Amino acid sequence: MSDDSPRDDKPSGLTRRALFKGAGAAAAAGAVFRSIEAGAKESDTVPANVQGPGTVPVELDVNGAKKKLEIEPRQTLLEVLRLPLDLTGAKPVCDRGTCGACTVWLDEKPVYACTVLGVEAAGRKVTTVEGLGTPEAMSSIQKTFVAEDALQCGFCTPGMVMSAAWAVKKHGKDLTEDQARAACAGNLCRCGTYPHVLKAALACARKGS
Amino acid sequence: MPRQVTYKVGIENFEKYRKEVEGAVQEITVEVHELDAEPWPVDTPLRHVGHDIPRLDAPAKVTGAAKYTYDINTAGMTYCGFVTSPHAHAIIKKVDASKAESMKGVLGVKTFEGNRATYPGYIAAGVCAESPGILDDALQAIQVDYEVKPGPCTTEDAMKPGAETVDMRGESNVRGGRPMQRGKIDEAFGSADVKVAGEYRTAVQTHSCLEPHGSVVQVNPDGGATVWASTQATSGFARGAFLRGLGVQRNRVRVLTEHMGGGFGSKFGPGSWDAIAAEFAAKTKRPVKMLLSRRMEHLLGGNRPDSIQKLELAGTKDGSFLGIRGETWGTAGNGGRGAGATNTMVYNWPARAMRQNGVNTFSMWGRAFRAPRHPQGSFAMEAIIERYAHEIGMDPLAVRMKNDPHPIRQVQWRIGADRIDWKKNRRKVPGSDKGVVKRGLGCAAARWSQAGRHMSRGGPYTVDIAIDREGNVTVANCVQDIGTGIRTVMAILAAEELGTDPSLINVEVGDSRLKPGPGSGGSTTSPTIGPAVRTACVVAKDSLKALLALEWNVDESKIEWTDGDFVDPAGKRATFPQACSLIGDDGLRVSGQRQRNWTSPYRETAGCQFAQVSVDTETGVITVEKVVAVHDCGRVVDALTARNQVNGGVIQGISYALYEEKQLDRNLGDMVNPTFDTYRIMGMADCPEIDAVMTSVVSGFNNAGMMGLGEPATVPTAAAVANAVFNAIGVEVPELPMTPARVLTALEGKQG
Ligand code: FES
Ligand code: FES
Repeated sequence: MSDDSPRDDKPSGLTRRALFKGAGAAAAAGAVFRSIEAGAKESDTVPANVQGPGTVPVELDVNGAKKKLEIEPRQTLLEVLRLPLDLTGAKPVCDRGTCGACTVWLDEKPVYACTVLGVEAAGRKVTTVEGLGTPEAMSSIQKTFVAEDALQCGFCTPGMVMSAAWAVKKHGKDLTEDQARAACAGNLCRCGTYPHVLKAALACARKGS
Repeated sequence: MPRQVTYKVGIENFEKYRKEVEGAVQEITVEVHELDAEPWPVDTPLRHVGHDIPRLDAPAKVTGAAKYTYDINTAGMTYCGFVTSPHAHAIIKKVDASKAESMKGVLGVKTFEGNRATYPGYIAAGVCAESPGILDDALQAIQVDYEVKPGPCTTEDAMKPGAETVDMRGESNVRGGRPMQRGKIDEAFGSADVKVAGEYRTAVQTHSCLEPHGSVVQVNPDGGATVWASTQATSGFARGAFLRGLGVQRNRVRVLTEHMGGGFGSKFGPGSWDAIAAEFAAKTKRPVKMLLSRRMEHLLGGNRPDSIQKLELAGTKDGSFLGIRGETWGTAGNGGRGAGATNTMVYNWPARAMRQNGVNTFSMWGRAFRAPRHPQGSFAMEAIIERYAHEIGMDPLAVRMKNDPHPIRQVQWRIGADRIDWKKNRRKVPGSDKGVVKRGLGCAAARWSQAGRHMSRGGPYTVDIAIDREGNVTVANCVQDIGTGIRTVMAILAAEELGTDPSLINVEVGDSRLKPGPGSGGSTTSPTIGPAVRTACVVAKDSLKALLALEWNVDESKIEWTDGDFVDPAGKRATFPQACSLIGDDGLRVSGQRQRNWTSPYRETAGCQFAQVSVDTETGVITVEKVVAVHDCGRVVDALTARNQVNGGVIQGISYALYEEKQLDRNLGDMVNPTFDTYRIMGMADCPEIDAVMTSVVSGFNNAGMMGLGEPATVPTAAAVANAVFNAIGVEVPELPMTPARVLTALEGKQG
């Protein structure tokens, strides 16, 4: 992956699947959050920071608003956004970190929301596509997506917008085509909107916002 | 009274090229229904039609405000999921769901004990639960015992004598196609200077829609039902087992598809999964949400059947085709549609003989996939043409043009060749580049024959228009916008006709309660509904004329619509908003019916594509560097969304050519790559430069001159890429996808 890929440093060392499959019986007893130590045996006493299996309270900062929620530790950030919060912009498509349809920003960097646990997002800044703009007050990248027709069915589009917006934010006016490509390389689109997405990202960068 | 109208049809841009081709513009006479709009001839200056217009629903889609079926969260929602068979063929002996049934929050379990599961992914049990988490737990807790049976899952295995048959009464899995013959095929081959034969193969491609199949089903307290469905046919969705499961009268079911995350032919009727969700909805009286998992989507959501194609071409030594014959085999699983391969109609073949056979296998049905049978047929036919050209030492583009009867494509070949610089960039001797990385060019043709229809068994296709006294316009039809932009097309046509702006038109689609419209298949949506929008606008303007006639105290037939204003002979004038101010508070509501198609000299849409590739002969990796795609969809209504759709066809085509293959476990028949990391579709990093060019062709079929676009745009891509590979390395890769391994094998064969 090139330097411009936003996802080369993962938000945490754990993926959801590694967590549940790898942690075995510990996972069955409840989700373990950043706590599996090398060599620890399953029969060891449960560490103090084990959460679950019931719900736990979290406070999330989503699009600038603080949200107090009761969530299951196994719920991904994507699930939490879509269900209790009804922020359905981020889409579940592959549910395993390959398609980018669930892309949101965590502390200003794009992540696949399906590979981040809801509890992991606590205390961090979450930005979703709804947080960038609304149909009446679109952000600059959203306006360029509209003008360049960088969408068809639109199911990949919220994720694409988040990746493209990040590229524009990071590189500003100097955004190159390669950088824009790399930023969106983790977003699959079955309708084939890539050429128009590229155009939109570059046009938005040139406009300088 | 119908009126005779004589007008010019044909291509209306690319002045330089259209002059070179006879028949690129022609005059025709048609009979126009009294209520229908006057056809727009070639070169009519139009304010909105044919321009770059952003799609109407884009602001909702780029901000996450657009609600897809998957996004519906209504109060009291429940969730439905499935346990499926991993076997190609098995009897579901026992389903132990007792643990799941007793879990708190599980609302229903349905099992299918005793069923014969004839494909991997066959539903053994369905569960309805209060939350996605409980659903997951319950599904995990279900134990299924299978009696595994033999189940050949590849076309070749299923064709073997004595193979287990899908149809238990059947003796063989081969469903022989009817032989098709035109012209004197034996004579053609007997008299040929040159004969070329080849065998080609293509893999199964899954639709891979990003939004999976599924629905949200709700039985309402009043005895009706509301269904949100990810479907390409809103009006026909409530039917069959789904309707029975729902237990609601058909006329009380409302189906909504406001936005839809991709279908490509795979989402017409409801699936067995929808039927189970409907039963749960009926039983629990709560809304049920059911969207297939990605694995189920790959297994069950539909696919483009594979193909084995044996072809022979006969021709003269100066490049005239004499005949083509062959036989194809392919599997659409348990017996679905779309097995076969064809695209021969593109060229003039004095004689043709083809037989397309379907082979039943133990996998889920194929479904219509963007131009069913055509990309695979195009790949083989264009490959054999390429070899024929090579054999007689002729430029393969010249050979194609020599045998191409379509005047529009004759223009398009010229445009495309110039834009890819065919003369300079084609290797005169295939494979002649020095060095490890070799480049080449290839081209191929597309056709499609859809100009829409005026009615179905649901009655005449009808567009409603509502106008209020403030001049707000609503255009409505039950048709769904599956990402192809019909909403915007409707707005553009209405704005053009009413002299207003597309962004001011409110379009309502995707609701089964609206007037009849087509399912979105066969690239028929726009050419079916577009002309009806114009007709409805004419009716609306007539009503406004009647209001003005009262106001002005003149005969309404004297009032004309000129330059966006109503005028009478005495010089009175009213703008569209002024006329609207005469409408009562109850609003003006009229409708227009799609009229019958006329006959047009352009029976089919034309298209052609050119690809430039580089091939690394050490690793076998093919890189598509550039594609020029020149297409016709009749008159272009929205140039911006049309180019986007062509890009999409090309991208799916390259993905088909290079990456996509449903891989099966040879013993179990299960798909081993049902995820997006193992089943590759093209991403941004691989996407070449695409030059999408629209020739706008007034077709003469209907008042707007429209035809379809979605499907032809993906027909010739794989063939053009494959021919470019041949031009680059001097040997053909006869199997799709052209993986590095297949490229290296082909290169080895060349050396050995
Ligand atoms: S759904 Fe998260 S990456 Fe695909
Ligand atoms: S627009 Fe349909 S998947 Fe990207």
